[in-house]
Amino acid sequence: MKFDYTSALNPTLCDIRPSGIRKFFDMLEEMKDVVSLTVGQPDFITPWHIRAAGIESLEAGKTYYTSNSGTLELRLELAKYMERRFSLKYDPRSEILVTVGGSEAIDLAIRSLVSTGDEVILPLPAFVCYEPMIRMAGGVPITVVTREENEFRLTPKELRDAITPKTKLLILSYPNNPTGAILDRNDLEALADVLRETNIAVLSDEIYAELTYGADRHVSIASIDGMWERTVVVGGFSKAYAMTGWRLGFASAPAPILEQMLKLHQYAVMCASTTSQLAAIEALTNGDGDIARMNEEYDRRRRYLVKRLRQMGIPCFEPKGAFYVWPNISGFGMTSEQFCEKLLFDYRVAIVPGTAFGEGGEGFARISYAYSISHIETALAGIERMVRELKG
Amino acid sequence: MKNILELLESDSRLTPEQMALMCDKEVGDIRLFIEENEKKGIILGYQTIIDWDKTEREYVNALIELKITPQRDRGFDRVAERIYNYPEVQSLYLMSGGYDLAVILEGRTMKEIAYFVARKLATLEDVVSTATHFVLRKYKDKGVIYGPAVVDERGNCL
Repeated sequence: MKFDYTSALNPTLCDIRPSGIRKFFDMLEEMKDVVSLTVGQPDFITPWHIRAAGIESLEAGKTYYTSNSGTLELRLELAKYMERRFSLKYDPRSEILVTVGGSEAIDLAIRSLVSTGDEVILPLPAFVCYEPMIRMAGGVPITVVTREENEFRLTPKELRDAITPKTKLLILSYPNNPTGAILDRNDLEALADVLRETNIAVLSDEIYAELTYGADRHVSIASIDGMWERTVVVGGFSKAYAMTGWRLGFASAPAPILEQMLKLHQYAVMCASTTSQLAAIEALTNGDGDIARMNEEYDRRRRYLVKRLRQMGIPCFEPKGAFYVWPNISGFGMTSEQFCEKLLFDYRVAIVPGTAFGEGGEGFARISYAYSISHIETALAGIERMVRELKG
Repeated sequence: MKNILELLESDSRLTPEQMALMCDKEVGDIRLFIEENEKKGIILGYQTIIDWDKTEREYVNALIELKITPQRDRGFDRVAERIYNYPEVQSLYLMSGGYDLAVILEGRTMKEIAYFVARKLATLEDVVSTATHFVLRKYKDKGVIYGPAVVDERGNCL
């Protein structure tokens, strides 16, 4: 009998379309002479003292599994870190879980909180992983398109309008990839006012928490009155310490939620990489200076990029977090994809069409500044030539 | 404005226009700042870091330790001046510890350096002794690691 893949595979998974941007990236990889501003990870190498801690752990033969939740030493340091940076208190023994990147923590949280038919409010544009994960958990994504005039923040009215009796979870991803938007304390207070009257949980993906610019530091929704007990905070080492390849993240949440997440984690992945965990302890104990140094550099690039785009006549919202700018390219009479493809083929510069980030992305493009200034300027020169020619 | 100096130290190709955008300053103010710092001798020059080992150029670097008898009133300055004016001398430092002056030399061959030490340095009146150490390989200089060109190997992910 011929093996039938259609009936063998999970239909919910088969119905999920692969990320549309894959085609664009495949095309990009084939092209040799392109200046790219597409990458979503830091251009810095993990600081040496952190790498050295990883190497030393291997030299010392620390190659075993750790406890499912992660080494207690790392969880203790994470608890101190969360209190020091964000004024959040978690018990390292029952409220912190070390995961394989922030992505695993997001998946665990969604699968722990969402069951068949539950609605999940998802502000867009956002990173691409949430919607498929909601669907795999049997949930229904209720998308809310955030607006440029609101600086891509979710407003209390938009939140209230999206809530139904079936709403189970709200996903917040601020500082936001791709828009660079943030939510300040006032924004969060206003959202909390809506949430307090409900039993809706919050998944707050704060992977870019350390990358905010200007006077105000990142504020976690979990630090707002009445929110801690309903919030899963997801963080990680990838963006803050330039540790993407180490695949290390964490979740902090009240014990009843974390307990369920831990079950999934222990059966699916056992524990996060031991080497990465031991390097992460060094990052947390001696890495504040690295964060400050990289932040300063990102901030200079951010200002440069925003102002250069505005000088070209491209409207550009001022991003206050992450390492992306999100210019409005709707004035050129092309779709985002057409704009980005023309830029790629005719001017050999790659940026990501906004539509890669779901609803609300049309008319925008994402430009990453995880690149050196000279690289950014080379790309901008190409964008400038195209804009000049389009404007005639 | 202090960070303008740091920016220029890390990349002297940055233009005043670029730095103005990066630091939220006026271009004119940046130009003025650079000019003033050049006049004050705070900004002394603009150089490029080149790994000559990757070229055909033949060259040798050496570190020479010099023990000196300091002069009354002038200390080490007089002898230092007589040394640093030679174009062969790339760097000169007054040191604490086992010797007094560290001289970094560049020559085309080891012989050329040996002659320079024997004829120009050892013969100076106040020089008590010399010890020559040839540089076999440069791993890092001016904060830059000498190695293969950095290739961006980051995978494309959103």
